[in-house]
Amino acid sequence: MIHFVVHDENDSVGVVVVEGVKSGQELTGWIMDQDKEIKVHAKNDIPIGHKLAIRELKNSDTVIKYGVDIGRTIAPIKVGEHAHVHNIRTKRW
Amino acid sequence: MSIDLKNASFHGYKRENGRIGVRNHVLVLPVDDLSNAACEAVANNIKGTLAIPHPYGRLQFGADLELHFKTLIGTGSNPNVAAVVVIGIEDGWAKRVADGIAATGKPVSFFGIEGHGDMETIRRASKAAKDYVHWASELRREERPLKDLWVSTKCGESDTTSGIGANPCVGNAFDKLYAHGVTLVFGETTELTGGEQLVAARCRTPAVRDKFMFMFNRYQEVIDRHKTSDLMDSQPTKGNIAGGLTTIEEKALGNIQKIGKKCMVDGVLDKAEVPSGPGLWFMDSSSAAAEMVTLCAASGYALHFFPTGQGNVIGNPILPVIKLCANPRTVRLMPEHIDVDVSGITRKEINMDQAGDKLLEMMFRTANGRLTAAEALGHREFVLTRLYESA
Repeated sequence: MIHFVVHDENDSVGVVVVEGVKSGQELTGWIMDQDKEIKVHAKNDIPIGHKLAIRELKNSDTVIKYGVDIGRTIAPIKVGEHAHVHNIRTKRW
Repeated sequence: MSIDLKNASFHGYKRENGRIGVRNHVLVLPVDDLSNAACEAVANNIKGTLAIPHPYGRLQFGADLELHFKTLIGTGSNPNVAAVVVIGIEDGWAKRVADGIAATGKPVSFFGIEGHGDMETIRRASKAAKDYVHWASELRREERPLKDLWVSTKCGESDTTSGIGANPCVGNAFDKLYAHGVTLVFGETTELTGGEQLVAARCRTPAVRDKFMFMFNRYQEVIDRHKTSDLMDSQPTKGNIAGGLTTIEEKALGNIQKIGKKCMVDGVLDKAEVPSGPGLWFMDSSSAAAEMVTLCAASGYALHFFPTGQGNVIGNPILPVIKLCANPRTVRLMPEHIDVDVSGITRKEINMDQAGDKLLEMMFRTANGRLTAAEALGHREFVLTRLYESA
């Protein structure tokens, strides 16, 4: 069963695509572009559609999704942690 | 792929100017806010007509007024419209709109309220509308090749599943339609922020690229001039954020999936401008759903692909809006709004090629007459884009 989807293997985040993901749960991810699987343990409850980090991010790191820059971290994010507006911001506007 | 697009056809209404429509509306079109009441009364009197009220049209000037006229004339000229009754508070601008629509060769009449009052205007306009309904209701669909279809796209209340499933599904369908000479368009200028270089790289020629970047930078200046924050909750919207989208860059990269992998951007249109040939066009536009879809209708597009994540419920009075969604939660909670469920993509039940075909199959059914969810539910959002304050 696929719990989260990653666009590209170089991305720093994946997207949860099922409802009810709980902290501590082992999740299976599908990397779409390379058609590979990865496993990550969720560090928070994560709603469907929300992101989790699949690699360790420091504060002020660039976040990569679709293989492209989607913003910067405003706090460190651990693998499996919920990655959203509380720890990522736009670099534009 | 399963659909043979090379020999594909649909049944549409051939208009006087050669364009093909997939609907057969008799429109009752107000020039201004003051004429809404009379238009709605006419549409109530004469069954089979459609009034499209809106809040503008008074004391506009310059480029904003030109866009107002262009949008109204374009809407009346759209091939999904058989005939038009135009009502304005006075004759002059009503005639201007009617003359613009008459250039297509379709039947159009105009009425000014001043000097007559609402009731006499409603009486006269109802008579014209009734004649048009009798005439339009005897028009018959004819078989037309796929290339005669014009298809627009814009996404709304997107979430991360839009970028994973619904938007690339549109992209897959666009790649297939592009190869067969269909006239296509996308827009949403600010919603390319962070991915603008990817779009620029897809432009057919340096001239197209320069025009695209001019439009993109022009809209960025509007944001810079008026912004009081980083636009969080507006762009991305609160719904986008609830759905997991975090930044405008992330939203933009999902948005851009709609133009597929193979299409080139062949040309750039200003708001409500009519494209001059087949291919993929970029139209400078707001990213607000109803504004952008209204502009697509005014540019002459006959069918619309609308991917949603969180469940935008938009429709348009004359442009059938086909909604598709890849978020299983939205499909479960709001099924009445979704025409094409592509939530199987994230479960690996269908691949993108199959999802694209599923959308194309619904495109043909809709072109041939199937009402969309938005049409059946009565969604007729007709929203004019304003450039600045009235005088």
